[in-house]
Amino acid sequence: MNLTLKIWRQKNANDKGKMVDYKINDVSPDMSFLEMLDVLNSGLILKGEEPVAFDHDCREGICGSCSLYINGEAHGPDRGVTTCQLHMRKFKDGDTIYIEPFRATAFPVIKDLIVDRSAFDRIQNAGGFISVNTSGNTIDANAIPINKHDADDAFSAATCIGCGACVASCKNSSAMLFVGAKVSQYALLPQGRVEAVDRVKNMVAQMDLEGFGNCTNTGACEVECPKGISLENIARMNREYLFANIKD
Amino acid sequence: MALDSKIPEGPLADKWTNHKNKINLVNPANKRNIDVIVVGTGLAGGSAAATLAELGYNVKAFCFQDSPRRAHSIAAQGGINAAKNYQGDGDSTYRLFYDTVKGGDYRSREANVYRLAEVSTNIIDQCVAQGVPFAREYGGLLDNRSFGGVLVSRTFYAAGQTGQQLLLGAYSAMNRQIGRGKIKMYNRHEMLDVVIVDGKARGIIARDLVSGKIERHSAHAVVLGTGGYGNVFYLSTNAMGSNVTAAWKAHKRGAFFANPCYTQIHPTCIPVSGDHQSKLTLMSESLRNDGRIWVPKNMEDAEAIRAGKLKPTKIAEEDRDYYLERRYPAFGNLVPRDVASRAAKERCDAGYGVNATGEAVYLDFADAFMRYGREQALVKGLDVNDDVLVKKLGQEVVRTKYGNLFQMYEKIVDENPYETPMMIYPAVHYTMGGVWVDYNLMTTIPGCYAIGEANFSDHGANRLGASALMQGLADGYFVLPYTIGDYLADDIRTGPIPTDTKEFDEAEKSVRDNIDHLINNKGKHPVDYFHKRLGKIMWNKCGMSRNAEDLKSAIDEIAELRAEFWKDVMIPGSADEYNEELAKAGRVADFLELGELFAKDALQREESAGGHFREEYQTPEGEAKRRKEFQYVSAWEYKGEPKDAVLHKEELVYENIEVKERSYK
Repeated sequence: MNLTLKIWRQKNANDKGKMVDYKINDVSPDMSFLEMLDVLNSGLILKGEEPVAFDHDCREGICGSCSLYINGEAHGPDRGVTTCQLHMRKFKDGDTIYIEPFRATAFPVIKDLIVDRSAFDRIQNAGGFISVNTSGNTIDANAIPINKHDADDAFSAATCIGCGACVASCKNSSAMLFVGAKVSQYALLPQGRVEAVDRVKNMVAQMDLEGFGNCTNTGACEVECPKGISLENIARMNREYLFANIKD
Repeated sequence: MALDSKIPEGPLADKWTNHKNKINLVNPANKRNIDVIVVGTGLAGGSAAATLAELGYNVKAFCFQDSPRRAHSIAAQGGINAAKNYQGDGDSTYRLFYDTVKGGDYRSREANVYRLAEVSTNIIDQCVAQGVPFAREYGGLLDNRSFGGVLVSRTFYAAGQTGQQLLLGAYSAMNRQIGRGKIKMYNRHEMLDVVIVDGKARGIIARDLVSGKIERHSAHAVVLGTGGYGNVFYLSTNAMGSNVTAAWKAHKRGAFFANPCYTQIHPTCIPVSGDHQSKLTLMSESLRNDGRIWVPKNMEDAEAIRAGKLKPTKIAEEDRDYYLERRYPAFGNLVPRDVASRAAKERCDAGYGVNATGEAVYLDFADAFMRYGREQALVKGLDVNDDVLVKKLGQEVVRTKYGNLFQMYEKIVDENPYETPMMIYPAVHYTMGGVWVDYNLMTTIPGCYAIGEANFSDHGANRLGASALMQGLADGYFVLPYTIGDYLADDIRTGPIPTDTKEFDEAEKSVRDNIDHLINNKGKHPVDYFHKRLGKIMWNKCGMSRNAEDLKSAIDEIAELRAEFWKDVMIPGSADEYNEELAKAGRVADFLELGELFAKDALQREESAGGHFREEYQTPEGEAKRRKEFQYVSAWEYKGEPKDAVLHKEELVYENIEVKERSYK
């Protein structure tokens, strides 16, 4: 199939940036979206032009690197997938496709479609852990049985890949699905309860500091999340946060 | 230079404990004066960085990704082994040790493997304490499953995302130390050389991938946790950025490279679909717990399927050839990876392959749906004779076990694997070879360590499933943090290592010259053009089966391709900006050298062992034939061109395990 691409080009963080049109022909429906961009890029390089920069690595939907906003949706039109798992069979011959970076104040553009998501790392540095040293002398892994439902919910929250689609999809650029998922994972497990109060306060404080907005319950994040992280995690974080502040 | 593996004296089971009791320690106050560089933040690098920082060292950690959480360990699916014996099925440290040595086709070091098995149980305890959400049973205890090449259930897992959960565990431990300032994290940085001062590794040259700035970083020791080199094949299950550069630069500075030809071709990957393909996707080996592998028994059926005239679900049970169950009744679908891969290739080469290309076999869950479904029907008091209901119940069980894998398959192939069998074919996955290390995980450069997939030490010629995660975390959490202290104990009075020395000048200059050459070359072809051609040579001549004639021609072809690359490569843009093509070019340049050494090593090793199958050395039944005279590790010393590399042999001694034919029948 033949396509028209409208792609955000921005030389570096200081450049203003603009949409640029590209034509691409003979795209196979079996290609992934990123493979289609690979083809575009090799054509650009041969013409002596700069290829389009985008983040990508594992190309199997788990590393969370890829971060394209395609036709107004984070990771494009398919559900439950990252951009690297989106295939061209989701598009039709003659389509025009808009490709932009994940936009948010807290995610400044580095180049073209690449944004800086280190704000997520800093939120994790503030409390996304259980304080346990590596000793080899912790208690036996089976010493504390954990209710399977709690363990499964903790796992579901933990499957977040930190891609930032939730932030890009939210009209407030809120990171509460991301933070809620991490808070929930630990809040649901007995080993995480010990420092639950400090954790939620520190992570939320850092989240605010980074310039992410608040949640107004539109649920766009849940719809666009490639891993199906549930809004329940935001509710749980709010409960944890309220409880932590009442306790003070 | 003679290789000294520094294996401690004493009985096998006591070696590690005795060693830990005897090696030097650094007191907590002195640790604050010692810097350690860790390159790579996967399971090995991430866990090492966190643990070293907990101990009190000043750690600088580097990754080329935008966050340490994205290292490719994240993509590991199936699970992690540990000799917990929670299932009471006769598992033990010795049995895990035995299975691993046998699985590695008697080409790994006994003492290292035993230590790995010994600390395996600590890993599970540690990860659970960190909040890693492993799969649990209804009683609240941890669940296990089986992997290839073993007869017990010792694999801990978190659906098909075990690597993700373990890596996020290590990342969380790192986060705690980054927050405390004990780890200084350098994201989007690539190591381009190791700096040697007075014969010791004292720092690295790194490039900031965003600004293009070349930086000098010094430390008292350098740890490489930089993963494997499967991308030398272009198409592999590795991430796009996975590369050999850090390991190769260390090799060029004096670290011996061991057994480069030992490569794992994983049997269950999604088949290649076309020339545009940029990578291959693994379907976890854990699927072989429940999936049965088959091809049609009759050639006419295979031909009809390839022509699109016949559906696999229409082929009667008696017309299917479950060739693994037929050839290896004891282990069936759970034979080790090298055996399963060769068997798939054998059937496809014989003309029984199933997709349009003829390079695929079926992985079928129909039996598992019914088996699990009947159990669920009984538990829930439903009609066990209602096949439709039973199948549906069974599918739900399978969904909870492998849901993300089935979804991934459907998205890529556009077929529903709950309704039609998956199609799979072997693909390059893991490299057992790597930087040579002694028992302390130190390379032949003093103060330079290699951990995880980047080293060669624990898997011999073939790695068993669910052992890579175990080794990465064992090295990073429980081995390196002890052994590095023995070396650093001599550095308590050294003070900070200056970077304004001639050694750093020289290393930086060589990095800059290399980059300048690439960027100013203005040749005819982009980097991928060369990488794809290298991959074709590797796959066709150094792949699942190898012979002397092909290997000789591969050596020549790779050398020619390398010359062509340096003459003709074309890189757009400049060196002082974000430039992915430039970063890729540097990596492919190193693959073009490693590839030749790989072929040279495969040619020199005149036997078949594990993932290295030489057609000249096989039994009448087509099984791999090891040769006693090759019971050694091949450690190659860099001498300029790959063809000039000098071989050093580390003899492998088996005192606790009887070396015999590796049979899974």
